[in-house]
Amino acid sequence: MDFQSYDVLIVGGGAAGLRAAIAAAQTHPDSRICIISKVYPMRSHTVSAEGGAAAALRPEDSYDNHAFDTIKGSDYIADQLVVEAFVREAPLEIIQMEHWGCPWSRDPDGKISARPFGGMTTWRTCFAADKSGFHILHTLFQTSLKYDNIARLDEFFVTKLLVDRGRCVGAVAMNQRSGRMDAIQASSVILAAGGNGRIYAFSTNGQICTGDGMSLAYQAGVNLKDMEFVQFHPTGMPSTGILITEAVRGEGGYLINNKGERFLKDYVPTKMELGPRDIISRAEVLEFEKGNGFEGEYGNYMHLDVRHLGADKINTKLPFMRELGLDYLGIDIIDTPIPVRPVEHYMMGGVDVDISGATSLPGLYSAGENANVGLNGGNRLGSNSLTECLVFGAAAGRAAAEFAVSAKVTGTSLEAHLKDEVRRIETTWLRDSGGKEKVADLREEMQRTMDEGVGVFRTEESLKATIEKVHELRERVKNVRLDDRGRVFNTDLTGALELDFMLEQAQLMAISALERRESRGAHARRDYPDRNDEKYLSNTVVKRGADGQPELSYTPIRITKWQPAARSY
Amino acid sequence: MSDVKVTVTRYNPDADEAPRLQTYDVPFKEDWVVLDALNYIKNKLDGSLSYRWSCRMGICGSCGMSVNGVPKLTCSVHLRDYEKTGLKIEPLQNFPIIRDLVIDMDDFMLKLKSVKPWIIRQLEQPLGAGEFLQSNNQIDHYRQFSQCINCMLCYSACPVYGMENEFLGPAAIALARRYNMDSRDEGAADRLPVLAASEGIWECTFVGECSAVCPKGVDPAKAIQQTKFDSTNGFALGALLMPFGGSK
Repeated sequence: MDFQSYDVLIVGGGAAGLRAAIAAAQTHPDSRICIISKVYPMRSHTVSAEGGAAAALRPEDSYDNHAFDTIKGSDYIADQLVVEAFVREAPLEIIQMEHWGCPWSRDPDGKISARPFGGMTTWRTCFAADKSGFHILHTLFQTSLKYDNIARLDEFFVTKLLVDRGRCVGAVAMNQRSGRMDAIQASSVILAAGGNGRIYAFSTNGQICTGDGMSLAYQAGVNLKDMEFVQFHPTGMPSTGILITEAVRGEGGYLINNKGERFLKDYVPTKMELGPRDIISRAEVLEFEKGNGFEGEYGNYMHLDVRHLGADKINTKLPFMRELGLDYLGIDIIDTPIPVRPVEHYMMGGVDVDISGATSLPGLYSAGENANVGLNGGNRLGSNSLTECLVFGAAAGRAAAEFAVSAKVTGTSLEAHLKDEVRRIETTWLRDSGGKEKVADLREEMQRTMDEGVGVFRTEESLKATIEKVHELRERVKNVRLDDRGRVFNTDLTGALELDFMLEQAQLMAISALERRESRGAHARRDYPDRNDEKYLSNTVVKRGADGQPELSYTPIRITKWQPAARSY
Repeated sequence: MSDVKVTVTRYNPDADEAPRLQTYDVPFKEDWVVLDALNYIKNKLDGSLSYRWSCRMGICGSCGMSVNGVPKLTCSVHLRDYEKTGLKIEPLQNFPIIRDLVIDMDDFMLKLKSVKPWIIRQLEQPLGAGEFLQSNNQIDHYRQFSQCINCMLCYSACPVYGMENEFLGPAAIALARRYNMDSRDEGAADRLPVLAASEGIWECTFVGECSAVCPKGVDPAKAIQQTKFDSTNGFALGALLMPFGGSK
């Protein structure tokens, strides 16, 4: 039986995956690279990023300033070695994107411009109007077409990583167009499949953000890290969760409660609207509880007011926000405040990787939101993640290309692996189970449970209830009966595979959150409101035990020069 | 709450000889977009319906479909606009159907690559030399063409592409134009042979259907007219580029 074979296989075609592919293709021009993704690359969720990408490019800025802001933002559990490497690479990656054609917004002198952003002490967020992710994604995708050694498998859904004799040797994937499953051999694999926001009902994330890459790694025996740290963005549209970019506040927008006050004066007085996301999201919830929110069909909300910025600034710096307001809220933000409330936005947790993107499994790498390299700790600063995709995508691409050359996989028999996986998919999902459960119903219950139990604030009670409910759902998912048991473009089946992945991650998130009995960064426990450095100045590691049950442990953080201090703004 | 009748194309090549129509009753909600109606069908009525979608905010380009005969991003048009007429959702025209509302767009992916949509330079500039300077005025030359989300609405609306699949088509030509007009790029001559050899550009009569349906304000019709002009002027460079003698 013939299998497709590549040197480097990259799962995911967003910013991290595409940047990795180009880096791998440049590192070894003779290598054969393949991007495999369940969607066409330009549909990847990078496309929805709006505000910008951080880098200390301006003369008044410094690496240390960017590093310190990031570490303080992380509530001191970022890996300081990683942060220092990141801030040095960041400006080069922004320039690289410029050379590839990214239409960065410019200052009057023609240089790349920057805007203020939450938690950043100076203007360092480079932007392409308010479609930064869209432009980065399309620039990377179109540039990737230049390399004849980058192949693509578009709309292939990866169901399993292949592990043989202690190393990763490829993946099994389903071609959605035919339903056919194939084993794909690779000397190294990079997981760059994005975040898992769709575990929540109310999220900014697109429907494809189901954390597939996290589950693929975990099921291959690779550890996940910091799964309790979930970022809630303070400004989502109340009905849909569509993101209103932080750049709205960066450009001078105000957050206003129902008393007409800029209420952040009571929470982040020195930063106000430019405070970090975790603190502002909590401030909104606390204000709602005091009765200071506006009442609407979808619960409480605040006003995000940009009327004082004027039409010119809005049209040049925030044109997409105006478009979104007109399309989805029926308001013109030039003369009407935008209703907003906290919304799930970003997963700080992910696959445990070192600074080159390597996991504990030889041949397996990860980058972007899929990974946890130690950059974001307990709370990511806005505009660090696009840059993270570029810096650590490139690093993983280079490392995986080198590994593939130095340890070429040969003589692996994939046939048995493929047969097993085909049988698993057939018997688990495609046979008529006689069950009555529906994918959509279980997904909705999971999402509601996570919104309630593992939200902006958590308690022992809410987390235990979540764990119990998720356990129940993981039992019930075995009784799913698909409406569609056909082969061709079966989105009922891919929905079930995604749900199965998400339920596993939901469990890991809830138990990680239960065991961290303190409040740090985005993890806010009502029953443990203080940070506890003595016990928890560490990262949570979750490992799949021999019996399949998760095992938690904690690894100490690495400090270079910034000692933990109170995090006040 | 009244219902809206939503008629949808169903097609499973393993079971159906030809595409057929199926009608569902979907509750009406004032703030729903057409995509919400499809999700209601998928989640509540019939899990076997297949269609593409993701961002639901008009930027990923996945959910283009034909809505009452007009190509639309289903996440960007409201159900309320069809409350009285009812709603017929079909796959985008001018493409082969894979399944239900899912079209085959591989042809575009190849065409996109053929126009070399990347910065071409004689000499690369080292990263250490910093960025190329670009004024906002220079960005204005290509800005609108850089907004293309590859949603395929323009191909679906294009009468020329409908008749002649060889035509490069509106989005690919607009993206070639995007790079040709970028002050950092030196690749216009490299792209010209592919653009000029695309017979369709001479059949494009500037009807402008492509520009009319673009959800992102791109004007591919303008890009095509500009490309005709460039191709004609390119005649001096070699007759090879101009099989039609530049008669238009």
